[in-house]
Amino acid sequence: MNYFPDEVIEHIFDFIASHKDRNSISLVSKSWHKIERCSRKRVFIGNCYAINPERLIERFPSLRSLTLKGKPHFADFNLVPHEWGGFVHPWIVALAKARVGLEELRLKRMVVSDESLELLSRSFASFKSLVLVSCEGFTTDGLASVAANCRHLCELDLQENEIEDHRGQWLNCFPESSTALTSLNFSCLKGETNLAALERLVARSPNLESLKVNRAVPLDALTRLLSCAPQLVDLGVGSYENEPDQESFVKLMDAIKKCTSLRSLSGFSEVAPLCLTAFYPICQNLTSLNLSYAAEIQGNHLIRFIQFCKRLQRLWILDSIGDKGLEVVASTCKELQELRVFPSDLHDEEDNDTAVTEIGLVAISAGCPKLHSILYFCKQMTNAALITVAKNCPNFIRFRLCILEPNKPDHTTSQSLDEGFGAIVQACKGLRRLSVSGLLTDKVFLYIGMYAEQLEMLSIAFAGDTDKGMLYVLNGCKKMRKLEIRDSPFGNAALLADVDKYRTMRSLWMSSCEVTLGGCKRLARNAPWLNVEIINENENNDLMMERNEEDEREKVDRLYLYRTVVGARKDAPPCVTIL
Amino acid sequence: MENVGVCDEFVNLKATELRLGLPGTEDGGEAEKQKISCGRSNKRALPETEKDIESTGKTETASPPKAQIVGWPPVRSYRKNNIQTKKNESEGQGMYVKVSMDGAPYLRKIDLTVYKQYSELMKSLENMFKFSVGEYFEREGYKGSDFVPTYEDKDGDWMLVGDVPWEMFVSSCKRLRIMKGSEAKGLGCSV
Repeated sequence: MNYFPDEVIEHIFDFIASHKDRNSISLVSKSWHKIERCSRKRVFIGNCYAINPERLIERFPSLRSLTLKGKPHFADFNLVPHEWGGFVHPWIVALAKARVGLEELRLKRMVVSDESLELLSRSFASFKSLVLVSCEGFTTDGLASVAANCRHLCELDLQENEIEDHRGQWLNCFPESSTALTSLNFSCLKGETNLAALERLVARSPNLESLKVNRAVPLDALTRLLSCAPQLVDLGVGSYENEPDQESFVKLMDAIKKCTSLRSLSGFSEVAPLCLTAFYPICQNLTSLNLSYAAEIQGNHLIRFIQFCKRLQRLWILDSIGDKGLEVVASTCKELQELRVFPSDLHDEEDNDTAVTEIGLVAISAGCPKLHSILYFCKQMTNAALITVAKNCPNFIRFRLCILEPNKPDHTTSQSLDEGFGAIVQACKGLRRLSVSGLLTDKVFLYIGMYAEQLEMLSIAFAGDTDKGMLYVLNGCKKMRKLEIRDSPFGNAALLADVDKYRTMRSLWMSSCEVTLGGCKRLARNAPWLNVEIINENENNDLMMERNEEDEREKVDRLYLYRTVVGARKDAPPCVTIL
Repeated sequence: MENVGVCDEFVNLKATELRLGLPGTEDGGEAEKQKISCGRSNKRALPETEKDIESTGKTETASPPKAQIVGWPPVRSYRKNNIQTKKNESEGQGMYVKVSMDGAPYLRKIDLTVYKQYSELMKSLENMFKFSVGEYFEREGYKGSDFVPTYEDKDGDWMLVGDVPWEMFVSSCKRLRIMKGSEAKGLGCSV
């Protein structure tokens, strides 16, 4: 390879897409490092504080596509204060200043402001694609800037963001000349939508493949949209609580019949049963179905719908489908690869007979041979069921089980679920992500450390007995990247046992555990290449530090540590102390 | 390099001892209590139920009190808010809350579900009590008026109207109070 001119090597590198592979290439030799970094177009940064924008730009001057993740995963569950950080603004400022030819920006759990969006829209002439997932801090005014100024915008994908809806005319801001849209998702907007503007936009976007509208797009508008975009592959619909009249229903069904390319369906934050039947004509083509926001649909309607969806590969649904419904899924959806069953009753208020149990999980595992990813919220589980699931499905890559009640044992034997999860990790040799729940002792972690060789992400809550549990995992799982633990009795001994382990990990989260301030301080001293953040929402941390100078036995509420090459961040709020 | 294996004030080797006792016995009990009381920070668990959990202990399996543990079940806030909104809307009879205004002789009642956003609510309140509320700023609160709209949330705290998304406000607002004068200044203006 050394005898080839650089351009040839660069051309060969173009075929290497995966980030991991490109990172490996850059380690081979100095010349390869240089060629690789100068030609690298796509960069993925799993923790925005692991590096800063200036160094990124210096290393990858040809950057076109950037993916950034900000807040730790548990921020999704309100465990991280709002003001914690993850601001995208400095990144956009730096990229704009360096005149990077940015075309694509994907953000997850970051704070985005209207100012950031405005700057983005004005700084990158070739900007094509903006994907925001679980972000916050902006309004529809920011969207208006993007719509108005990004001449070549193809993709605007807003997933589950908290966006303040000013009910302005952001959709009107797409210029008449804008015809390049391939993907538009504004399902998370809470306010009203300018339907006329939307219809005009869709009508002049012949390449539109993915359209996900928000709740405020009524049935007749949907019908018109589908009529001018029968080429859609991915559709997210609005909210239809009232049964349509006969005429509207027929029109809708006719429009849907023409959408022969439709493969993915979502939305339905409210759907009257009859409305759902209008989609029957395309069910057999669907590979992806997300009905997990349709809290009011009863199980039997869901089941009837799913019976037609023989080609489903991905299904997101509520537990109102019940075990019976999952049995239908198991016998119908033989191509199923990913299943997510969300809880419809979050506070355990209703005595819910139709929620799902271990029976549904076993049925799915038996009926769907291609299943590799599951997220399952349920009220109860047994070791026997998990052992059966493991036997049926040794191909799991992601296995996330959440038993709603913390510390709940096997409901038939009253034992812990160590054996059940042990069976999962032993059988599923390719397991990369695991979430455990229910009553668990240190033993389950012994199993995880012993068998889960490919495990990269582990979520633990209300589990374990002693530090040994955490140590089994840290010592055993060589590929661990993200470890997040809450309300478990792991302390300093586990935290400090192998500091170098954290060099190989992206981050560690521990909240309501047994680690103390003293332990964290020692860790920070021994590992200057780590940012050790203590998050304490209640007090001003400076006061806390003074008071506890002598008492380093004080338990730490929330600890978040991550490797970084740029030291302590400067934008931490008062409730965060970086040791 | 320090020998981390040495038993010292930070590293308690006893904690790593493998013991075969049932959870909840001996030293285990202490750790359980700590774990279950869900931390010392506010709003971790509702105060009334915290005591219940401590007394029932870890191995309790027969319907424990339904304490609301922060961040549990692990469902994204976005999804949780969606279901919450659904539940409120399906209540059907509307969400009537009392509205008081400093200096007014009697209270009024309004149905929050009638409005879809803050500006509608404000307009209605301004009409009802014949006053003007000024302009809302994220950092400084309401400027340009002596009146500041506040509300009592589920936790009993008095909050400034407008800070949280509308749906979250509707589901957590128990009553409204339009503050006036110097007391209002303290809450509504920037620190």
